Amino acid sequence: MDGYRLVDEALGRVLYIDLRRKTYWVRSRPELFLKFLGGVGVATQLLKEELSPDADPLSPDNVVVLAIGVLTGVYPTASKVVAMFRSPLTGNLGESHAGGRAPVAMRMAGFGAIVIKGASETPIYLSIHDGVVEFKDASALWGVRSSLTIGKVLREREPWPGMRSIMRIGRAGERMVRYASVILETYRHFGRLGLGAVWGSKKLKAVVVGGKRTIPVADVSTYRRFYKELFDEITKSSVMQKYHDLGTPVNVLPLNKIGGLPTRNLTSNSFEGAEEISGEAFAEYSLARRVACAHCPVACIHIAVIRERYPHEKYFYTTRYIGYDYEPIYALGSMLGIKDREGLLRLIEEVDVVGLDAMSTGVALAWTTEAFKKGMLSESDTLLKPEWGDWRTYINMVKHIVNQPNDFYRILASGVEKASKVYGGSEFALTYGGNEMPGYHTGPGAHIGFLIGLRHSHLDNAGYSTDQKYIGKEYPSPQSLIEELVEEEVWRQILSSLVVCFFSRGVYKPSAVSKALEPLGIRLSEEELRKLGMEIYREKLKLKIRLGYRLEELKPPKRVFETPSPFGIIGEEYFNEALQHYREKVLQLLST
Amino acid sequence: MSVAAEVRLKRLVVVDQDLCVGCMSCMFACSRRYVDAGLGYTAIYVRSAGGVEKGFSVIVCRACKNPSCAKVCPTDALVLRRGGGVILNPNLCIGCGNCRAACPFGAVQWNIYINKPVICAHCGYCVDFCPFGVLALEEVDS
Ligand code: SF4
Ligand code: SF4
Ligand code: SF4
Repeated sequence: MDGYRLVDEALGRVLYIDLRRKTYWVRSRPELFLKFLGGVGVATQLLKEELSPDADPLSPDNVVVLAIGVLTGVYPTASKVVAMFRSPLTGNLGESHAGGRAPVAMRMAGFGAIVIKGASETPIYLSIHDGVVEFKDASALWGVRSSLTIGKVLREREPWPGMRSIMRIGRAGERMVRYASVILETYRHFGRLGLGAVWGSKKLKAVVVGGKRTIPVADVSTYRRFYKELFDEITKSSVMQKYHDLGTPVNVLPLNKIGGLPTRNLTSNSFEGAEEISGEAFAEYSLARRVACAHCPVACIHIAVIRERYPHEKYFYTTRYIGYDYEPIYALGSMLGIKDREGLLRLIEEVDVVGLDAMSTGVALAWTTEAFKKGMLSESDTLLKPEWGDWRTYINMVKHIVNQPNDFYRILASGVEKASKVYGGSEFALTYGGNEMPGYHTGPGAHIGFLIGLRHSHLDNAGYSTDQKYIGKEYPSPQSLIEELVEEEVWRQILSSLVVCFFSRGVYKPSAVSKALEPLGIRLSEEELRKLGMEIYREKLKLKIRLGYRLEELKPPKRVFETPSPFGIIGEEYFNEALQHYREKVLQLLST
Repeated sequence: MSVAAEVRLKRLVVVDQDLCVGCMSCMFACSRRYVDAGLGYTAIYVRSAGGVEKGFSVIVCRACKNPSCAKVCPTDALVLRRGGGVILNPNLCIGCGNCRAACPFGAVQWNIYINKPVICAHCGYCVDFCPFGVLALEEVDS
């Protein structure tokens, strides 16, 4: 990289914040961004430097890194920010991506990464703008019922409207539910792996960041030309159209049709109520508005309206809005047997209000329902009678998960894996490396993908889409499936370092990425990009192992082999062979 | 000169702000039109109307025939533009911010680097980057 410099020096600035001492400092780390491009690549390094391997996830020793990349604020759909931390849910590496305004806001504030260390004794929030960090008391905000209210309050108090992000936790984060989320703006989240609980343990209620500035590029005219090319391709592509029209819920019906929609704790692969909770039905009956993350012309965010009549006041309605996506529809809808659209929206709303991850919450409720029905749990545990489809009861259970009125809910707030260890039922506890299952039962690729993905998310390697590609064709051997998944995950390290939204991955192909970097003064061939992807993958894997990741322990829940997928019953033998191959592959990767 | 004269007889208009998704593509476009990337030089401003669920306000220069901004400029740095609105003469501008305070639409943005206003040129570059038809260039009668 000799002779290279970061054209936008501000991107190389890393902001370190010590919540205990209420101090901050900035270090210039252009070499990190030049080498790893930003996002996951940079966050992995920063976490490696800052996080002690024996740090308890909910202690002041845990460290949170937020990072954006070289393309943020420069090209369309470079609209994500990466959070890395130690996950209180899995005990291992936590990584979560979110959109909203945060990525652009961070770049406009003049930082490429933010490292949050220590813990405050009293609730605080951070206001980051104009090169300063203000530590503001949040005692009065602590305990406020709705995370949405926090957004409203800070909106009035903080500078840079339109060019800022308001990230905050709800009561679930305050009470350290291990799958609590951080909510951004309205309706975007750091959902997975419990970042909200980590903030809660640090007494960090919110972070507001914003600003406005120019990002210098090395070659303006090539930049403008290539921007236009990318923009046209993104806005004209059919994938983009599909996400703009119906949003991610476009997937409900096709998945149901092929028998890949997990239903009632995956006792079934399709849902008789799929029509009612489909993207089409939401668009027709509930859609209020579509909005976009900052610098994304796709606008996949779909917001529904909830119109509710006051029981005692005729002709008096409350109108509320709530975002919906495929994942909450799966986790809080089909997984719980809920087909009442209005009820589902209210449940999604409650999960957002308290600030929980929708997927983990849905899987937790689904596991509880099955365990209750099987007599493993009694009403003295659940305090309520869970029943498929009964969204009112589920809303009350969500409140219990946050308030934790008894041992059962205290344990359920630690995740399904822990709960099933205490109460039994691990055969149908749908977790992967401790993380609750995403909404795809499309075949071996999906489940193997969740297991081997370095954050146990469906987005790590998109096994669900690999599966769908092979429907009606010959399914790959266990070895080639692993090769395919790892290759995809390796390339995604580049996308999540840049940090580009995965929905536009079809546009940001290696050739396009290489071209996009050039006007920024970064020359990387397609080959070099792939190599870098591998290096980042390897670095992340090493960090994960340092934090206690045991490949031998990778095990799928038994339920996966009981409910037919679009390829029929998934064979355990196939699965084990694939895992074996993966372990060998990892050993080989680590030795090179 | 004929091309320039033609450009000057148009103005930027918001066709329907309810179609806006808040993607900021227009803001990035305007800023890019002047220099580099980012948002430092944008003359158009999109912000949520009190939470994104309420939609967005798309704030653009209205190309006033009788503009408030020019009236309060102490150095006559803002001169009337044919077709409405104003043109900034940066050499005369002392960065007092009167124009920004005077525009009732809040349409005068600020360039923090040179401490001068950012004035919309009604060039229409942003229009091409709004995928949802929120913006248009409209002919104005002179
Ligand atoms: S800046 Fe405001 S006052 Fe000046 S011409 Fe534009 S809209 Fe009118
Ligand atoms: S018309 Fe031109 S100057 Fe005015 S906001 Fe659009 S791009 Fe900017
Ligand atoms: S480009 Fe169009 S949709 Fe996007 S913010 Fe601007 S006006 Fe709104």
